[in-house]
Amino acid sequence: MILKGRKVMGGIVEGEALVCMDSMSFYGGVDPVTGIITDPGHSCNGMNITGKVFVFPTGKGSTVGSYVIYRMAKLGTAPAAIINVETEAILATGCVISDIPLVDMLDQDPLKVIKNGMRVRVNADDGTVEVLD
Amino acid sequence: MYLTRKQERMMDGEEGIAVRKSLELLVALGSVFGAEKLVPVESAHISGVSYKNLGEAGTEWLEEQAAMGAKCRIRATLNPAGMDMEKWEEMGVPEEFAIGQKRVLDAFVSMGVEPTCTCTPYLIGHVPRRGTQVAWAESNAVCFVNSVLGARTNRESGPTTLASAVTGVAALYGYRLPENRKPAKIIQVEADLDSRLDYSGLGYVTGKLLGSAVPFFRGLGLPDMESMKTMGAACATSGGIALWHGMGITPEAEWAAGYLDGIETITITNKDIEEAKAKIVSDPDNPTYCIGCPHCSLKEMEETANMVRGKSLDGKLWVFTSRGVYEQAEKAGLVKVIEDAGGRVYRDTCMVVAPLHEMGWQGVGTNSFKGGHYSTAHGFGTKLQTVDDLVKEAEK
Repeated sequence: MILKGRKVMGGIVEGEALVCMDSMSFYGGVDPVTGIITDPGHSCNGMNITGKVFVFPTGKGSTVGSYVIYRMAKLGTAPAAIINVETEAILATGCVISDIPLVDMLDQDPLKVIKNGMRVRVNADDGTVEVLD
Repeated sequence: MYLTRKQERMMDGEEGIAVRKSLELLVALGSVFGAEKLVPVESAHISGVSYKNLGEAGTEWLEEQAAMGAKCRIRATLNPAGMDMEKWEEMGVPEEFAIGQKRVLDAFVSMGVEPTCTCTPYLIGHVPRRGTQVAWAESNAVCFVNSVLGARTNRESGPTTLASAVTGVAALYGYRLPENRKPAKIIQVEADLDSRLDYSGLGYVTGKLLGSAVPFFRGLGLPDMESMKTMGAACATSGGIALWHGMGITPEAEWAAGYLDGIETITITNKDIEEAKAKIVSDPDNPTYCIGCPHCSLKEMEETANMVRGKSLDGKLWVFTSRGVYEQAEKAGLVKVIEDAGGRVYRDTCMVVAPLHEMGWQGVGTNSFKGGHYSTAHGFGTKLQTVDDLVKEAEK
């Protein structure tokens, strides 16, 4: 199955999906050193986003979040790619300055179609997401 | 998004990697917001300067931009840092923080950014003309430049303003387009606006009610520049307001008045302001009293000096301003008057971005709803008072 959407930041990666139903603030919401979600109110609290194809609705919170994504990329704890329902400026900025592929506005709801642990291939250059499982 | 041939060559890296990466960011964000093209911008005001907010991550990113050869091609001024770059030790800022903060400033200066270190660039000669496209961050400055000066910017971030400074362009969407500058709600002011604190409160209530919609104010009286400064700052703190119109006050109000048919009117009274204040205020232990959120104008420096002359404030009143205004206030003898009275005057920083916990602060008194909002959010007991009352309390 291939979902078609919008490229925000290009790149091609394959990885395991981590699907969260809550919006995400990288500033204060994740430990950049470990990659573990630390927001106590987040349904994926305690999960590690490092190297994952991280699927969630959209971003929120402080603009400092862009720099947190960048720091995670430098430390090697960042997700491999991000898929949003519809992204916003803080996440888009973070992904662009950190070279993390980001797609959104897919023709099917990624929160429903993609399940935790599925292998997916993100071709952000084309704006496509292929579910491999 | 449509790119000119020159912009395409910039994207191909013809003008270096820093320019390519900067343009990539602007194009990506432009596509998120549905921009069709990029437009030239005349100036930038860059946020994300305090080491408290940037931390190691942001500092490293800035240093990397500088190392890649990023250089401003338009005028770019800088938001406040986390400390007075000269008097940080006297402020009680830890040395480790100061080292980080100096790295941030060095990176900006090497990219050609003017180290103005102020949230009020419009008070020190960075004054775009009406209709000019600019790329400004810092919510109060965005509100002022859009509303009071009539220039055009979105609420930009640190990385996007730097990218615009490096490329000279911004994506055309949002408040850059006249159709998005039309009013969304009429705010009928039924409150007595006796002090700047009242204007600040009015702004705070408006932001709470409207989110990021554009208000059209009726009954605003004749606010001075300082009142508009604090009102806009508060609007942009409780909400995301980037532009307001004031009948008979702001340059686009007459144009905006042509779009009032059929839009909702909301009335704001002193009771609304008091209720908003009550949600911020709590009883602080041993507060430090602050003036200068946003940074003080020369007029506010003079008013403060006249108010404190001959008093004994014992270090409890702190006045924050830009280095530009500080220099003028120093020449006029105002800094000395405030310091002789036991007040302190600092440049380059403010109560919102300085590391107050590390500096040992216990509580805050302020004449700014923006300042009060953030001090409460940072866990400090907070008082909101007029400048006169702040000075009286500081003297106790």
